[in-house]
Amino acid sequence: MAIFSKPNVPQFSVDVYQNEYLPEGGSEVNAIVTVTATGGGTIGSALTAPHVYSPGEGPSAAVVLMVDCSGSMDYPPTKMRNARDATAAAIDALRDGVHFAVVGGTHVAKEVYPGAGELAVADAATRDQAKEALRKLSAGGGTAIGTWLRLADRLLASADVAIRHGILLTDGRNEHESPEDLKVALDSCAGRFTCDARGVGTDWEVKEVTGIASALLGTADIVADPSGLAADFTQMMETAMGKEVADVSLRLWTPVGTAVKFVKQVAPTVEELTGRRTETGPRAGDYPLGSWGDESRDYHVCVEVPPAGIGREMLAARLSLVIAQPDGSVQNLGAQGLVRAVWTDDMAASTAIHPQVAHYTGQAELAHAIQEGLDLRKAGDIDGATAKLGRAVQLASASGNADTAKLLAKVVDVVDAATGTVRLKAKVEEADEMTLETRSTKTVRVKK
Amino acid sequence: MAAEPVGQHSAGDAAAVCVACRAGRVDDDGYCENCGHAQPRERDHMEQECGPLAAVSDRGLRHHRNEDAFGVGTTALPDGSPASVAIVCDGVSSATRPDEASAAASRAASESLLAALPRGTHPQQAMHDAIIAASDAVNALADAPDPAAREQDPHQNAPACTIVGAVVTQGLLVVGWVGDSRAYWVPVDRSAPAARLTEDDSWAAQMVAAGLMGEAEAYADHRAHAITGWLGADAYELEPHTASFKPDRPGVVVVCTDGLWNYAESADDMAEVVPADAAVRPLHGARVLVGHALDGGGHDNVTVALVPFPAVPQGAGSA
Repeated sequence: MAIFSKPNVPQFSVDVYQNEYLPEGGSEVNAIVTVTATGGGTIGSALTAPHVYSPGEGPSAAVVLMVDCSGSMDYPPTKMRNARDATAAAIDALRDGVHFAVVGGTHVAKEVYPGAGELAVADAATRDQAKEALRKLSAGGGTAIGTWLRLADRLLASADVAIRHGILLTDGRNEHESPEDLKVALDSCAGRFTCDARGVGTDWEVKEVTGIASALLGTADIVADPSGLAADFTQMMETAMGKEVADVSLRLWTPVGTAVKFVKQVAPTVEELTGRRTETGPRAGDYPLGSWGDESRDYHVCVEVPPAGIGREMLAARLSLVIAQPDGSVQNLGAQGLVRAVWTDDMAASTAIHPQVAHYTGQAELAHAIQEGLDLRKAGDIDGATAKLGRAVQLASASGNADTAKLLAKVVDVVDAATGTVRLKAKVEEADEMTLETRSTKTVRVKK
Repeated sequence: MAAEPVGQHSAGDAAAVCVACRAGRVDDDGYCENCGHAQPRERDHMEQECGPLAAVSDRGLRHHRNEDAFGVGTTALPDGSPASVAIVCDGVSSATRPDEASAAASRAASESLLAALPRGTHPQQAMHDAIIAASDAVNALADAPDPAAREQDPHQNAPACTIVGAVVTQGLLVVGWVGDSRAYWVPVDRSAPAARLTEDDSWAAQMVAAGLMGEAEAYADHRAHAITGWLGADAYELEPHTASFKPDRPGVVVVCTDGLWNYAESADDMAEVVPADAAVRPLHGARVLVGHALDGGGHDNVTVALVPFPAVPQGAGSA
């Protein structure tokens, strides 16, 4: 068995898709950047990346499971039972050697297993002990998620591991601390560990749960029916176990005189990154991409450049991937991409929008239209909501985003998808509306 | 040649200073580390003087790269008399890798001529063969595709370019062409008429030749410059045109792409802008002609070779 004295990281590649041609006076450069990591067991890859870890092996990792134990978890009682079962399923999915802990969350955070501010190391015995400890979980108390996250952060920080991850389950609103308290907790945890968040039932706040996942670079979803929790938890844990490298950042260099208009992840979900830039040198900044297994994500980069004369060419942005090291230096992952601007008087060339850019501009608008439409609907603005959700139906249909189209059809009656003609349904299941809102940012890739 | 870096930058890699902002250094990808601007490429402006003839090529003011190319040379016929050779090619922008096509074609054609003429091949036959050789060279590019470009768009068409060439000996002037690049005859004595020596393979020329349109009407049409003949893998039937002349007085042959003749279309207009001393100062003359195109707007790449007639014995002719 190969033993790596220093863990390797997967092979990363960066591909840039753009129409580099601008008309005379044009200044906005758009590009879709696909970042792909391979090497942790992907078969058939064009890259000759060695398998970093042997089967059953993996990078050192630590996971904290945060389970809502507030009083509402007992209504209905199946909820608490399902949460317990789901947590047990997630524990079963832990790879041997992974550090882990279970936290019970109410208006305070309590260590359920192993306790004493420590993490257990997964093996058959500790997995059994942890599942045994789950029996002690009982519902009662309030909800202060910030305290759960802070405890998880302290526990995760106690282990010297490559991957730090949290899984958070809540069924209610964060009522026992102020939104500011939660935000401060999220800010202090951001970049220290990644976290998936799940809302179970329909009494939780979508924006709270998606906000937690967004800040901690994880996924958010709804589990409307508690009986679906175990499968979801197992899958989340398997994804977490597939991560090979943490704290990857997209480094963006732009020349003097340019402005970065936005940087956002556009696949698999829309995630705004513009405001999360850390300055790292002259005209360079890093955007956090979280931890990576074998996967591929797309980003939309938009840069404003000073217009140059017809026939001129410039580099609008240089993209690379880096991993911050504990000593403050960075490890450059080697892959880089160039975003260019070329001014031409060929109208056919300069007016064409790259299909990838057009597609993801539409997907971002789709997510935005759904959120706006649902907000307007809640505010009682029927006309405004109809217009926005109609536009969303049109975009989902045109781009082939079938999953989102299906969710929309549970909230509106679609008269004509092509023109976006819809009627709001008189009665909408709360779970359907929350599912649509939670999953509004899910995108599809360009149709082939 | 890379200039010395200025300022406190680490010595060792003598990266050039950016020509656009004069502040940043140029990175390995050819862009300025400060303002991001691409640096001039070798082909943006090329000049070559070769014995009695010269050629100049320029990117122009509106295109982002130079897709024209030329080849010039001198040699001797078997009887020892001198011969001048000039080839000019214009890459077809709507095809892939037009710059590579023009470079390959001009190199192949001039090498072919410079090898065939000393062997005694008749200049007109040599010109015909040179165009075939150029065509083969462009076709070969399509056979060895750039894998990245292929992957992005497998349906992109193969590289293509035009070609025009001239061979001048002591008594003979031979031209050959495919496409809409041209050769003009401009006598030293401007009281004699100038002449265009080539017929474009273009939509407009075909319309005029078929009597379907007047010249003014045909050239005003937006299809006027669509070429009907070219070198490259998509050209199903290659028809090299060649013509042979025996001028009765000294003059200069202007071999050029449409980047120049768009600004001096008729033979008289061309004669107007060719300097009076072009036959004795061909490099200067070619620069003046390129300047004329740039002053007119420089909408396309501009390439011109000036070949004085008759060929005069030089101290040394390159083989």
